[in-house]
Amino acid sequence: MDPVLLLVQALNGLQLGVMLFLLAAGLTLVFGIMNLVNLAHGSLYMVGAYLMAAFQGWTGSFVAALLLAVPATLLVGVAVELIVLRRLYDRDHLDQVLGTFGLILFFNELVRVIWGPAALFVAMPSALSGTVALLPGAPYPVYRLVIIGAGLLVAAFLSWLVTQTRTGMLIRAGASNPIMVAALGVDIRLLFTLVFGLGAALAGLAGALAAPLLSVESAMGDGVLILTFVVIVIGGIGSIRGAFVAAVLVGIVDTVGRAFLPILLREIFNRQVANAAGPALASMLIYLLMAAILAFRPRGLFGARG
Amino acid sequence: MIGRILGLGLSALLLASPAMAQDKVKVGFIATFSGPGGVLGQHLHDGFMLGIEHSGGKLGGLAVEVIKEDDRLAPDVGLQVAKKLIERDRVDVMAGVIFSNVMMAIYKPVIEAGIPFISSNAGPSPIAGAQCSPLFFSTSWQNDGAHEAMGKHVQDKGYKNVYLMAPNYQAGKDALAGFKRFYQGKVADEVYTTVNQLDYSAEITQLRAAKPDAVYVFYPGGMGINFVKQYGQAGLIKDIPMFSAFTVDSTTLPAQGDAAIGTQITAFWGYDLKNPVNEKFVTDYRKKHNDLPSTYSAQAYDTALLLNAAIKDTGGKVADKKALAEAIKKASFDSVRGGKLKFNNNNIPIQNFYLLETVKGADGKLASSVRSTVLTDHKDAYAKDCPMK
Repeated sequence: MDPVLLLVQALNGLQLGVMLFLLAAGLTLVFGIMNLVNLAHGSLYMVGAYLMAAFQGWTGSFVAALLLAVPATLLVGVAVELIVLRRLYDRDHLDQVLGTFGLILFFNELVRVIWGPAALFVAMPSALSGTVALLPGAPYPVYRLVIIGAGLLVAAFLSWLVTQTRTGMLIRAGASNPIMVAALGVDIRLLFTLVFGLGAALAGLAGALAAPLLSVESAMGDGVLILTFVVIVIGGIGSIRGAFVAAVLVGIVDTVGRAFLPILLREIFNRQVANAAGPALASMLIYLLMAAILAFRPRGLFGARG
Repeated sequence: MIGRILGLGLSALLLASPAMAQDKVKVGFIATFSGPGGVLGQHLHDGFMLGIEHSGGKLGGLAVEVIKEDDRLAPDVGLQVAKKLIERDRVDVMAGVIFSNVMMAIYKPVIEAGIPFISSNAGPSPIAGAQCSPLFFSTSWQNDGAHEAMGKHVQDKGYKNVYLMAPNYQAGKDALAGFKRFYQGKVADEVYTTVNQLDYSAEITQLRAAKPDAVYVFYPGGMGINFVKQYGQAGLIKDIPMFSAFTVDSTTLPAQGDAAIGTQITAFWGYDLKNPVNEKFVTDYRKKHNDLPSTYSAQAYDTALLLNAAIKDTGGKVADKKALAEAIKKASFDSVRGGKLKFNNNNIPIQNFYLLETVKGADGKLASSVRSTVLTDHKDAYAKDCPMK
């Protein structure tokens, strides 16, 4: 196997992983601290992408649009928390699933009503639209490197926030025992709103960064939500560190699997069988990974609750 | 008592009506209007309604009631709305349908109910072949047509080593099979990706490493937007030319942006095809929707023109479904394709396929412009399996 190719594919995997981390960080905190199954997290990702498209159309600038889209998604998240999710905290998980699934349908239809059924276009800044030769014969899109960089920066910021600040201490405490935190006199409602807003902003950032790569369309968050749930389950509910490790793991396993599994299968089976089974098996890989990890660590890699 | 007698009288009237000419024709129009495929249904419906408008707001002199239903790209939902249109609305004729899987689910019930059915888009091979019916017609194509045309074009251009990609489902496999029916050179690799995959970085990296002469892809809808953008961002379009069908069209171009410039597609129609019917269609569509029509709108426009001609020939007696189907078969009208629409024995059009190239117009908008004719009077490969003459 060509080592340069393997390296480039690993980089592709890292980029996917970083993207997943931005989504998973918020989801795992909301699940871990608020004990809320939020299926509408993917909708916030979609809202981030749509707002990016709208603000870019309005300002004509990528950076300005990004700086507007992220706080705007945060506000959407806070509004959703105040209006809908607050009423679901005391309900059981099934009610939460139903309620937040309703939100998915609502948001998918809302963006169609506002922006129409056609997919939107988000341009990437021309300075970032080229490729750069990392190694001879392996050009790589600059924009994807920027995403990797941005994701790592966010990861570093979150790590600082969670381990070095008072807010972070409350978040960690909330993740391991929310009832005790409330009993100690912390305004848990405010903490919840804050955490949810942070999660929404990260999802919005992921959506806004993905918008130039992807087709911005209704329901674009539905598929990525499933991957995100896989990430937080592998990483351990409530753990930012777990979310990061699991996101990179899932990103790399998924990408490398998609790239090389069909080729490996061809060595064993004939071409037709390999072509049919390859993509199917490759898309199963991350679930096999999840099953294997849960078999040994039922709470995930870094489960916060003891 | 009086009410009951009145009711009986009314139902007697209803029962008697088939013998007389009706004053109205009911069309059941099924398409995908919601979800990521929703824009296709919108284009289809817009084209159909413009066709009715150009027929004087009527079909064959009869007032029209179009009952529009959304299949939500789910075969079971399609079946549900088809049954509703047949049993409750008692439509005279059915039209529309974007996706082949929905078509396969509703085809039999509609045909068994004896209702003439005009597909404005989907053309799965079983319906073109062994399961063909005198009640079924298409104003689009059999699914393989555009892929076969591109196979021929790539073959004619002398490409020797082509990389093929499609989503891992029946239409994806049919697409590449259709391409290979006419392309005889070496296949560098044949890659199937998960349906609705978002990111193609892994596949594009493999593609670059394989160093093919050209790449042929079939990625309809949102998949095409993602693939074409990412292929452009990887900087490959200049080195490895990209050919496609159903991947770049006026529904996807606004979202694909400049990455699509220079890519070539094959289709049965293009907005700048020179003929009077098409010019009128395109001009008025643009005026109305401030957007170029797509192949979807063109096909559905022809569906309306076909119905208009056929109903006129029956003298407005749409209640006799068999006679209506025969009139559809024999109907003569000028198509957006130029000239009269000709049906093959399986009621799928015999038509040309063109090569189109995506260019930026004077108004700064992207559009696919007709370059040359690749296949002339093409007949699909399945017609020989259809027992109809």
